[in-house]
Amino acid sequence: MQLAGALLAATLCFGAPPDPSQIPSIFRPQSTPANSIFHLSQLVLAITGAIFAVVFSLLAYSVRKFRQRDGDDGREPPQVYGSNQVELAWTVIPTLIVLVLFLATARVIHSIQDAPKPAGAIEVIAVGHQFWWEFRYPALGVVTANELHVPVSNPANSTPTFLTLLSADTDHSFWVPRLAGKTDLIPNHPNHTWIDPQETGVYLGQCAQYCGVQHAKMLLRVYVDSPEQFAQWVQAQKTPAANASNDAVAEGRRIFETTACVNCHAVTGTIADGHFGPDLTHLMSRDTIAAGAAANTPENLRTWIQNPDAIKPSSLMPAMQLSNHDLDVLTAYLETLR
Amino acid sequence: MSSVTLTRSTAEPEWVLPSRGRVGMLSLIGAESAIFTIFVVAYIFYLGKSVAGPTPQDVLELPIFSTICLLSSSLTIHLAVRALRQAKVGAFGLWWFVTLTLGAIFLVSTGREWHHLIYDKGLTVSTNLFGTTYYSLVGLHAFHVTVGLLAIALTMILTLFGKVGPEHSERAEVFSLYWHFVDVVWVVVFTVVYVIGR
Amino acid sequence: MSSETIALNAVGEGSRPVGERLHDWVVTVDHKKLGILYILYALFFFVVAGIEALIMRIQLIVPHNHFVSPQTFNRMMTMHGTTMIFFMVMPILFGFGTYLIPLMIGARDMAFPRLNAFSFWMTAFGGLLLYFSFIGGNGLYGAGTAPDVGWWAYAPLTARAFSPGHSTDFWTLALLVSGIGSVGTGINFIATILCMRCPGMTLGKMPLLAWLNLVVGGMVIFCISPLTAAQIMLCIDRYLGGHFFDTQAGGSAVLWMHFFWIFGHPEVYILVVPAFAFVSEIVPVFSRKPIFGYPIMVAATIAIGFISFSVWAHHMFTIGMSSYGNSFFVFTTVAIAVPTGIKIFNWLGTMWGGKIQLRVPMLFCIGFLFQFLIAGLTGIMLGTAPFNWQLSGSYFVVAHFHYVIVGGIVFALFGAFYYWYPKMSGRMYNETLGKCHFWLFIMGFHLTFDFMHIPGLLGMPRRIYTYEPGRGWEVWNFIVTIGAFLQAAGVLVFVVNLLWSLRKGDTAGNDPWDAWTLEWSTSSPPPDYDFAATPVVRSRRPLWDLKHPEDPDWKYE
Repeated sequence: MQLAGALLAATLCFGAPPDPSQIPSIFRPQSTPANSIFHLSQLVLAITGAIFAVVFSLLAYSVRKFRQRDGDDGREPPQVYGSNQVELAWTVIPTLIVLVLFLATARVIHSIQDAPKPAGAIEVIAVGHQFWWEFRYPALGVVTANELHVPVSNPANSTPTFLTLLSADTDHSFWVPRLAGKTDLIPNHPNHTWIDPQETGVYLGQCAQYCGVQHAKMLLRVYVDSPEQFAQWVQAQKTPAANASNDAVAEGRRIFETTACVNCHAVTGTIADGHFGPDLTHLMSRDTIAAGAAANTPENLRTWIQNPDAIKPSSLMPAMQLSNHDLDVLTAYLETLR
Repeated sequence: MSSVTLTRSTAEPEWVLPSRGRVGMLSLIGAESAIFTIFVVAYIFYLGKSVAGPTPQDVLELPIFSTICLLSSSLTIHLAVRALRQAKVGAFGLWWFVTLTLGAIFLVSTGREWHHLIYDKGLTVSTNLFGTTYYSLVGLHAFHVTVGLLAIALTMILTLFGKVGPEHSERAEVFSLYWHFVDVVWVVVFTVVYVIGR
Repeated sequence: MSSETIALNAVGEGSRPVGERLHDWVVTVDHKKLGILYILYALFFFVVAGIEALIMRIQLIVPHNHFVSPQTFNRMMTMHGTTMIFFMVMPILFGFGTYLIPLMIGARDMAFPRLNAFSFWMTAFGGLLLYFSFIGGNGLYGAGTAPDVGWWAYAPLTARAFSPGHSTDFWTLALLVSGIGSVGTGINFIATILCMRCPGMTLGKMPLLAWLNLVVGGMVIFCISPLTAAQIMLCIDRYLGGHFFDTQAGGSAVLWMHFFWIFGHPEVYILVVPAFAFVSEIVPVFSRKPIFGYPIMVAATIAIGFISFSVWAHHMFTIGMSSYGNSFFVFTTVAIAVPTGIKIFNWLGTMWGGKIQLRVPMLFCIGFLFQFLIAGLTGIMLGTAPFNWQLSGSYFVVAHFHYVIVGGIVFALFGAFYYWYPKMSGRMYNETLGKCHFWLFIMGFHLTFDFMHIPGLLGMPRRIYTYEPGRGWEVWNFIVTIGAFLQAAGVLVFVVNLLWSLRKGDTAGNDPWDAWTLEWSTSSPPPDYDFAATPVVRSRRPLWDLKHPEDPDWKYE
């Protein structure tokens, strides 16, 4: 009763229940690998559930039935040392269960890991950095960061996305629960994973291998687009940055190109060609900045440049020590990078 | 129950259990084997994977002489322990000294080899993967040889002062297990580093 | 024998000066004193690491909380795990083993008493070294204090490039030092159990606690050494410019993982097998029956000991091994469930047909059985690699292993505390306070660790200092934190009980539980020399034989 009240209070404190599409639950798969895992998990849960029911009943029953009663005569019960038949039974049966589990699991492992790459597959190279994601589409000539766009995959005419996973520094892990199990990004150890999302939408995930101070804010957003949307997005990503539209923007670009920004960031069409930080050519096409730590608004962008620790303390973005005016024009310039 | 009496009956068969020293030393050898195994695995795993710098084929020469010395020292320590068990303390002292000398020759030889590798061939622990794994593995073994030699030297001094007698033969034997272990490890290291790895 | 037993006052009474009594404890090689030192040392770190956990839980009670900085959280996360495993659970289990093994096998002391003392002090120093990092760990500017690399210290996060300063070195060296102590204890357990048993106590007549600690000793020997080796390699990388785990020079981060988990998996069995030992001693006494299937219990434990060295990469299912590699480790992992499950059935078989006394030690053991069952089942879920690809690195795993360690091991430990407290102190604990502790703790445990599985299933990774709102994780984190405080309250009651009973508890007498193994034949606490005359035994339950001369065990075994 008290627990229910506490739960109610907690729910009220936390506001409205979350939008179900934003819950990255492993039990609502939208892609073949996640689906295969889901079906295997049902088998595993059924088996373990049955084992639990049996053993727990035995435990509860023995505690009840064989409890020493009040007024007991103090004599010791029959001293039983064991039983070969019973012990054999409870050795053989678990062995069989375990064998079934192993065989079922091995099949799923093979079907996911050894899946052939069809001709229409999109190839992405994902590079993990402290604390952001780099995505390159070598065949399409696209480089972006943190927000992965993939086309929806029709089971009849499959267009999955196959990712090669690399790392520029420490270990990371790519985990978008509704699309696939996680696979690690380990330096000097390329890995592979694939997804074939069957419904459009945004799928949330984040880094799942402790990679340093801001591991918690290395978030992932996977945008599953319709084929047309995807083609549009690719087209937009391939165009170089637009030229300056007004004086403030031009001044902002000049500041960008003459400050340390270019050491880390790249903007195609300008002299900026740094690779330590995310590519900013189409920064405004993204919904978030700082790998999901903040929404992509002018205020947040300004704060990020001026004082990154306010958004993501100890991330590797330095505070740029710019004057207010410089910050304004720089932000104005960045706002044009659509 | 406030007290119980557990007494020894007279017609018991003899109750014999393994010797503590032997079991303890064998357990220690087990633990040390596990450490060496990890270093050997790392060595084998990294064979051929150095990105740059000298390779085993370039710089390693078979340390035949020092190997013969070290492996012979297993024989001499066995002879020493046998002599001590037979109460021949003089013979014990002699063979023990030979063991000490042979072990010292091995260490000096390793030192000279390392000097040559570092100053003439430019291979250090930080040069490449080969350097790192080589010096770590051979160095770990040399460290164990050193510890063994210190124990042998200490016993040598005690023997010279007449403090060691046949009553210590069990302890000497237990120690010799350690020394034999060090030699067996060298056989493995020699095979992996100088034979297979080259 | 009773006429030769010298009545001893409990430690702390009597007329000797404090300094002299303290000196006794510092220089002691007596297994009983060392056992108590281990236990007290571990209890202290239990409280410290518990506070570290509470700090983490307060930070996570709501999303985007600002209770501590990310750096502090990551240090708490690392220190909590490292402390609990190396400076709480291991020492306390070694302490119980050191105290009980000689008493249960009729020996005077451990095989190597000075090694015993050396092992304790190495462990103690290791813990102090680790915690000194809070003060002494500041290296380069911004390098941080206590280690913050997680208790697995994965490469290359531990390389100088990513962990400048000395924090990581405190982790490495503290564990190296205490690891040497652990190996010493392993050697001692093996030598004592093989070489010091009293006449008549063949290997087949030893108490299960002795058998299980023998297996633990063997596991320690082969399991701690890989960690020691890996840590030496890490030091060579960090200080001599080595490249063992330097991925830029062709080194392998995965190699560290293999070495670490070759240690890490047998390590968790080293933690749980002594808990099995406690349950195997307590459940029979409070069911008034011998353990069901002693030979199979021994065989199953030995099987677990061996198989545990073949499952390690089930901690690495997500690192990109081939499908054959993954399948192999699924096979060994589910295989180890068989001997483990057998043990649960044997404990049930012991209770079945008995007369179960629901005293506090038994309550904790029943809690153990319930929780260890669940923990084993979530372990099977994690052992099926594709399911693992979703569950690992998430709060599901955190819930699973806390279910084993807290729901299993700590519950068995509390049972052991209450069971052997009378023997060690000469006093009975307060039964009411004990039951209060049990109920508070089990409620808090389930609130925290049952509900902790859910955020994992909903995609919440572990080792994050905060989390995003709107992903459905908020309410579960809130409940988890509340449960943590309930558990803390339970532990407080426990500590109060221990201290209060030391002064005010009833005199325990030799054998308050009407038990059957040799330690209950001595006084409480036992005299320095343990046994005035070396016992001679004929069965697994020597005291049963004495109390039931018309129906002794040796007729049936």
